[in-house]
Amino acid sequence: MVDNVIAVRDIGKAFAGVQALDGITLEIAPGEIHCLAGENGSGKSTLIKVISGVHAPDTGTIELNGKTFSKLSPIEAISNGVQVIYQDFSVFPNLTVMENLALNAELAAHRTFVSWKRMRAVAEEAIAKINFTIDLDEKVGQLSVAQKQLVAISRALMSDAKLIIMDEPTTALTKREVDALFAIILDLKARGIATLFVSHKLDEVFEISERFTIIRNGKSVITCLPEELDHATFSHHMTGREFDDDHFVPEHVSEEPILETRGLGVDGAFADVDLTLRKGEILGITGLLGSGRTELALSLFGSKPADSGEILINGEVVEVGSVRDAIAHGIGYVPEDRLTEGLFLERSISSNIVISEIDSFVSKFGALDQRKADAEGQRWVDELKIATPNASNAVNTLSGGNQQRIVLAKWLATHPKILILNGPTVGVDIGSKHDIHRILRSLASEGLGVIIISDDIPEVIQNCNRVMAMNAGRIVAEIDPRTTTESELAELMSKDPSTIDGKG
Amino acid sequence: MFASTTLTPLRDRLTRDPHVTRLAVILVLLLTFFMLVKTKNFFGIATWQSMAVQFPEFGLMALGVMLTMIIGGIDLSVVGVANMTAIGSATLMMSIAPTGADSPQGYLAVAAAIAFSLIVGAIAGAFNGFLIAKVKIPAILVTLGTFELFTGIAVIITGGKPASGLPAQYGEIMAQRVFGIIPMPLIIFILATVVIALIMYKTAFGTKLYMLGSNETAARFSGLKTDNLIIRTYMTSGIYAAAAGLVMLANYNSAKADYGSTYTLLAVLIVVLGGVNPNGGSGRLSGVILAVVVLQVLSSLLNTFPNISNFYRPLIWGGVLLLVIVVNQWTKKNGLSRLFGVKGNKS
Repeated sequence: MVDNVIAVRDIGKAFAGVQALDGITLEIAPGEIHCLAGENGSGKSTLIKVISGVHAPDTGTIELNGKTFSKLSPIEAISNGVQVIYQDFSVFPNLTVMENLALNAELAAHRTFVSWKRMRAVAEEAIAKINFTIDLDEKVGQLSVAQKQLVAISRALMSDAKLIIMDEPTTALTKREVDALFAIILDLKARGIATLFVSHKLDEVFEISERFTIIRNGKSVITCLPEELDHATFSHHMTGREFDDDHFVPEHVSEEPILETRGLGVDGAFADVDLTLRKGEILGITGLLGSGRTELALSLFGSKPADSGEILINGEVVEVGSVRDAIAHGIGYVPEDRLTEGLFLERSISSNIVISEIDSFVSKFGALDQRKADAEGQRWVDELKIATPNASNAVNTLSGGNQQRIVLAKWLATHPKILILNGPTVGVDIGSKHDIHRILRSLASEGLGVIIISDDIPEVIQNCNRVMAMNAGRIVAEIDPRTTTESELAELMSKDPSTIDGKG
Repeated sequence: MFASTTLTPLRDRLTRDPHVTRLAVILVLLLTFFMLVKTKNFFGIATWQSMAVQFPEFGLMALGVMLTMIIGGIDLSVVGVANMTAIGSATLMMSIAPTGADSPQGYLAVAAAIAFSLIVGAIAGAFNGFLIAKVKIPAILVTLGTFELFTGIAVIITGGKPASGLPAQYGEIMAQRVFGIIPMPLIIFILATVVIALIMYKTAFGTKLYMLGSNETAARFSGLKTDNLIIRTYMTSGIYAAAAGLVMLANYNSAKADYGSTYTLLAVLIVVLGGVNPNGGSGRLSGVILAVVVLQVLSSLLNTFPNISNFYRPLIWGGVLLLVIVVNQWTKKNGLSRLFGVKGNKS
């Protein structure tokens, strides 16, 4: 019996009328390394949650361990050998490695008293399985991303796992760490443990995967072997559109830079950053998590003022010591995490849009002209085609793409001269992603200086006329996106920092 | 389909703010019960006048607490501020117009005391705000600490005894009945309500408070002066607490460090009952005002039953507070539609 470890058939799942999954079928053989690929919002995460028992599917069946389920509970999923390693690893940062590893077993055994000796033995056994050497008494919060991931993998292997699901495991890893991870995945394979590898990084998935399932808009597009695919067809299946070499070419670039930095640095985050931005340009800054890209954005926006170096606007050295300074100098910032940093979720759409310029709707006597403010909000709703029946609705009634437009609208309403966007299309559907890119291009052609900070390599390559790669707190290269490939740029971003001498 | 679309506006209006709707229903039920069971009390003007004298004490405190809770904080020091400022202004009045002073001197003392009290209230509130915004200590700890601090100052000034012997003019003014029936404290409360309504709904400051309470990080990223907003909010709360202190001073004709000790909980209870989200960002003034009235009516109703001792009061307030929080949590998703059994067919 060459049974599958897991087979899901015709899975359908809708959230509030939106069909997140629609007739998905996925089979994984024992020991298989299966890649699940799809763009943000394609339904990958929902599918994982169905398999791990977090969501109950509306239709379809899940065959697991020879049993057929119409829905799973998380406990059933785990006891049938499904383990998920989430992007955030779900480890307890304030506990030690040993506690993280042994706590589950200790709790599952319903013991009243804790035996540290027993816990240590359990933890040692767990890390030995993947030949992982680490100080068991180290706090997990102190570990590197790759080490945390290994702790999570060790923990997953402790229960008798048959299928390990890794949700975008390489997002924050350097090339060397990715190689180490792949070695472990191959080792698991040798022991008959299957891996479902979720990623949208082309090079990696081609390197490791034995079979692909690509989903788009909640539907299975294709299941095939890697030989049957090349990069172009893979991208086509993921996105459903043909890739034209549609690079951004600025129309009018000013002679004088609108923004310049000289030797800018924030202690412990980045150093010696020299950059120039001219009107009409879209400058890309890319780097891995922890490369200093976000801190650089924050220091340009005054939220994390620079410790060294200077910022020049229109050729004059200016002090950007606070967010208000930055706004006064015409800088707008679309933050990395719109939910926690950009939006007031339970407040209305129009008040979210006008908040940064609300003082301009106040009359001489200090009264707020609510009607004028609402009209301004409505104007931006129309302008950016935000899909809502009413601008007085709360922001949390909207989808990710529309929410991102609100953050954008808030800054456009302040008439900025420089717009910095950190991860402008994270968690945004494909249609909105396109629209946002189009809006940014037209803003640049209207004379704005735009900086896109993103680790989405195709995004910066297509939409920027210059791209700077950051690695370990330094700008390591500036490239011309028209002559650089995605993999060359990825190489620059993820090179082990120790091999980079000086500014490279 | 047709019926549901035509009914939508009405249902929307009813369910837009479930707290306000619920409170209005509770108030009507309570008043009906009152009218049926204690008919004589209900139709006596004195009942209502004594209520109108009493509730501004904690009602004014609740208005201040409301603002702090809208920005996601809390002010537990209001009773401390009220007692400290009341004692301070009583002491000031007595030194300007000692017993036997003539009437103009008495009025001067009253004016000075009112100004002094509101200023000290503002300073005390700003001190809270400073510790919360600049030193970044959680509001609940700061105001619990300053409550003890302000109470301690009050104890030291008076040596723990009541401060009495106020100039007669103070009592005279505060005991005025406007148009012969409306007690002065109610007038003060109405004025205070109008002022706070203007602040909340007609100024940019008010809008910013809601935004700050909804998401402080986003507020900072939007360029709001968050520290400044926090300090001004606690300052306002301090001023309202001082006003409450002036009303208490008149009602008891004296000031003491431990007057109104149950009002801290009561003020918080009113604000939560009125539908202000303890995590900040939402809540309406109308809900809080209704909650003040509901609690005063409930309290007066309890008073008419001689066999229910005052000792039961904290138990009842605590029970109501928990019940309200549970009900709010329970109805959070669908508001009243869930209570009414309307299936969630959003139109």
